[in-house]
Amino acid sequence: MKQRTSLFDIVNVLILALFACTMLFPFIHMAAVSLSSAEFVVGNRISIWPKGINFDAFAAVLSDKRILTGYKNTLIYVVLGTTLSLIVTTMGAYSLSRRNLVFGKTFMLMIVFTILFSGGMIPTYLTVRNYHLLDTIWAMVIPNLVTAFNLIIMRTFFQGIPRELEESGKIDGLSDAGILTRIVLPLSKPVLLTVMLFYAVQIWGNFFSALLYLRNADLYPLQVIIRNIVMMGVISDITVSSALGDKKVVLESLKYAVILVGTLPILLFYPFIQKHFIKGAMMGSVKG
Amino acid sequence: MKLSILGQIKRDRIFLLLLAPTMIFYIMFRYVPMFGITISFMDYNLFKGIAGSPWVGLKYYRMFFENPDARIIIKNTVLLGFYKLLFGFPAPIVLALMLNEVRSMLFKRFVQTVSYMPYFLSIVVVASMIDMFLSPSTGWLNHALQSMGFPAVNFLQEPGWFRTIFVSSEIWQQVGWGSIIYLAAVTTIDPQLYEAARMDGAGRLKQIWHVTLPGLATTVAIMFLMQVGQILEISFEKVFLLSNAATYDTSDIISTYVYRIGLLQGNFSYGAAIDLFMGVIGFALVYVSNRISRRFSETSLW
Repeated sequence: MKQRTSLFDIVNVLILALFACTMLFPFIHMAAVSLSSAEFVVGNRISIWPKGINFDAFAAVLSDKRILTGYKNTLIYVVLGTTLSLIVTTMGAYSLSRRNLVFGKTFMLMIVFTILFSGGMIPTYLTVRNYHLLDTIWAMVIPNLVTAFNLIIMRTFFQGIPRELEESGKIDGLSDAGILTRIVLPLSKPVLLTVMLFYAVQIWGNFFSALLYLRNADLYPLQVIIRNIVMMGVISDITVSSALGDKKVVLESLKYAVILVGTLPILLFYPFIQKHFIKGAMMGSVKG
Repeated sequence: MKLSILGQIKRDRIFLLLLAPTMIFYIMFRYVPMFGITISFMDYNLFKGIAGSPWVGLKYYRMFFENPDARIIIKNTVLLGFYKLLFGFPAPIVLALMLNEVRSMLFKRFVQTVSYMPYFLSIVVVASMIDMFLSPSTGWLNHALQSMGFPAVNFLQEPGWFRTIFVSSEIWQQVGWGSIIYLAAVTTIDPQLYEAARMDGAGRLKQIWHVTLPGLATTVAIMFLMQVGQILEISFEKVFLLSNAATYDTSDIISTYVYRIGLLQGNFSYGAAIDLFMGVIGFALVYVSNRISRRFSETSLW
């Protein structure tokens, strides 16, 4: 049934288009300024279209040692942390998905309780300190190893796998561990991917742990570097490196380039992975 | 046949082994800190540890409540949470309703994709963007204001602007992601209801009001209760990054205060006392809202 396009439709689409612009504008503006040449940026003449296109700002940012170290550190934390978190969460969620697990209810209650109540910032800091994790790469990985939300998503998914499949595996002579690796995990690829992405994004953006647990600048993740350069204005290294060429790079273009370089991986992958996130959002809203 | 506890443990030994890392993590990093809160009743000394520090009872709790800072940071925390709920709660519902009325699937998908994106940006990146955009000398917002003849405003240095900046940036980041659940709920509404409404002569707005909204009522109610429960859970990172000494009158919240006074200045017992006070109120809020939610629907957090 074809309906006429009414005034309602026009207004609705216009408002949504405007809304989409407010979502996109910041990125376009940042890209435009960071790609424009100095004279236009200083004259405040850039809005959404770059003028005097050049890549000097990006070249300066990418040759900055702190950015490179930050990138390297963040990648290490993301790979290490996501791997460990995914393994531990999968094993835990699989066990907790079994209806008759001994003390299963108690374990689940213990986990859910931590969503409601936590020791707070100071006791957590002192605990991590007592374990001698301060100023180690583990400080970025271990204190947030398992997220209750991700555990519950996985458990819900595992509970949805028909029992008959496991029974048939048993009849074929598979052990409990064999059922997990041969039957359950191959069926669970979508949820594994979703939870993996949630962990990766969480660790990628983790600023809190670095702020609390890291003092050694060699261990700083990218987020701390971005904050130091853009918000605290610690720019000395970059200005030196950009002065190597005779072209002048404006501070503003530099800072936007730093932000974009720090966001690029997520912006690039986002279109391909968004459907997995959405699945996770739906699963998370189902009762755990 | 019912197995004894020992028999069950033996039967489930593989699963208990698989679960062990998870539970060890929870005990070491979630439960140990909970007991660590006892330092709020002590004069905790980093070098003497819990065993060597003297008990002081409620000294630090009294200290907190007698401190004029307490009133300010509690007020700031509650108001920030309240404004976020007031403006941030309806936003995704409105977005979902509008998206639901879009006929072109391509356009709808485009708006959805674009609106989820900010949710995945790190808080540092969002705060950095705000910092740059609002800069009084180089930010585009002030350029725009000046070109319209208004004076430049140093937004991040003025206490009066902090709540607006915080709440709008939270909405910008979360409105799209928040709309997912409502869009899913809309698809469960029986199309015949729209048919019937049209027969009765209802226009588009009336259909939204009389069919879509009632169809969403349960989801809306549950989400509302959940968010009321989490009203005090305000992103420490974002507030910390966007606030500064000039705006503490409105921007200093309980968690940033604990970080600054408790952790940075080493007043661990005092900080832990505020942590516990916060934790208990937060717990009560989530618990009560979840009980209500469970009463009038099947859905709850646990």
